[in-house]
Amino acid sequence: MANNVKLEGIPREMIALRVSKEIQDGDYVNLGIGIPTLVSNWIEGRDIILQSEIGMLKTGPLAYDADVNQDLINASCQPVVELPGTVYFDILESFTMIRGGRMSMVVMGALQVNDKGDYAGWANPSRGLDVGNIGGSMDLCVGANKLFLAMEHVAVDGKLKIVKHLTFPPTTAGRVNKIFTDLAVIEVTPKGLLLKEVAPGLTAADVQSVTEPKLIISPELKEIEF
Amino acid sequence: MDKVYQKIEDAIADVNDGATVAVAGFFACGVPRLLLKALINKGTKNLTLACGCGPMLGAADELKQLVKNKQLKKVIDSYGLYRSATKGREDSFEQAVRDGEIELEVYPMGTLAEKYRAAAAGVPAVYLPTGVGSIIEHSTITNISGKSIPKETRVFNGRTYILEYALKPDFAFIHAHTGDREGNLKYSKTARNFNPVMAAAAKVTIAEVENLVEVGIIDADSVHTPGIYIKRIVPVPRIDFRVSID
Repeated sequence: MANNVKLEGIPREMIALRVSKEIQDGDYVNLGIGIPTLVSNWIEGRDIILQSEIGMLKTGPLAYDADVNQDLINASCQPVVELPGTVYFDILESFTMIRGGRMSMVVMGALQVNDKGDYAGWANPSRGLDVGNIGGSMDLCVGANKLFLAMEHVAVDGKLKIVKHLTFPPTTAGRVNKIFTDLAVIEVTPKGLLLKEVAPGLTAADVQSVTEPKLIISPELKEIEF
Repeated sequence: MDKVYQKIEDAIADVNDGATVAVAGFFACGVPRLLLKALINKGTKNLTLACGCGPMLGAADELKQLVKNKQLKKVIDSYGLYRSATKGREDSFEQAVRDGEIELEVYPMGTLAEKYRAAAAGVPAVYLPTGVGSIIEHSTITNISGKSIPKETRVFNGRTYILEYALKPDFAFIHAHTGDREGNLKYSKTARNFNPVMAAAAKVTIAEVENLVEVGIIDADSVHTPGIYIKRIVPVPRIDFRVSID
């Protein structure tokens, strides 16, 4: 199902800003590749610890120029800096934290998500391969206390990403709690998708027009708050 | 006890055709590049590279050379392909995977870590929650049709878990910041990643170290990998590489 109407939403940086508002001080957070990584730009100075599955707690901001150390990258292969209190460890320790349920919150990107909280992100069949990149995504989903998706509402080719049935191979089943897009903030509830916030200038009907499952409209529906 | 080999080609002399070699590193970080270069020079064929998270994307030049020389039979990894489909189409490794010339077997990263850990600790298999609800619950993921192996599951306390088997490589290639003559190793920052678990998992572990020191120099409380896991150690220069991948 494709849609020709292009709705004007908020930029990727602002999706990341909106996600950052959900993070509580004292949280341990793991951010996936893509829009989730941008969340780190909005939490500097707050009492939030980023875990990087390569084996680092208290991951610092991106490193530039003289600060780049080839032995120090985040899980997206970007050079980063360390902070006071940074800890390094090996991959087993890292996934002990992840699978063992120590992540307060995990934020991932996604190719598709449905109204049951299943999402697909590790393989795009249009690439014509039966294999893909799983990385740490499936482990992170298993262990996350809260699992959020940060993504564009509609794919670049116009195909809907919030669908009734996943056509791409799933990363996890029934684990997604909230979806943050350029157009809306949606909570996954046992009754279905609850539309809670819409981008400035948009209506619930606009968001529904690019969302395959029937949305439940929150009585407190509001504009996305930053 | 002295495990030092001055010549890297001597340290890998018995890595023969058909060997399974664990390659440590996480993308560009902590990859045993010089051992890989030595393997290219040796020309060993039919290799299986057992990886953790994209070390061959980090060591892209070495991967290109291995593909060009037709040295690879199979790669096991959690993240072995370029993120960008455009970049992937131009990549000779992805082309060989697409054509079925090289097998690519894919696991979740934490599952791979546990498969190496099981081999290291003498455990035949482990039950893991990762991937339940995805296709990995039902079979292994590979690009070669007919190579996929069905998985067993079992329910504990109402939750489904997948049985994953130990993965014991013939050799492990390790990169460490500092090592002493008896093989005690210390890594630098996030270059530690898969190095310790692979060092413990393989039948024969070979470590390249940027700094070779005398026994007793590394503080006993600061050793990351005890020398018992290391069979051979080779001093190598610190080389500069591009950190980012696409």
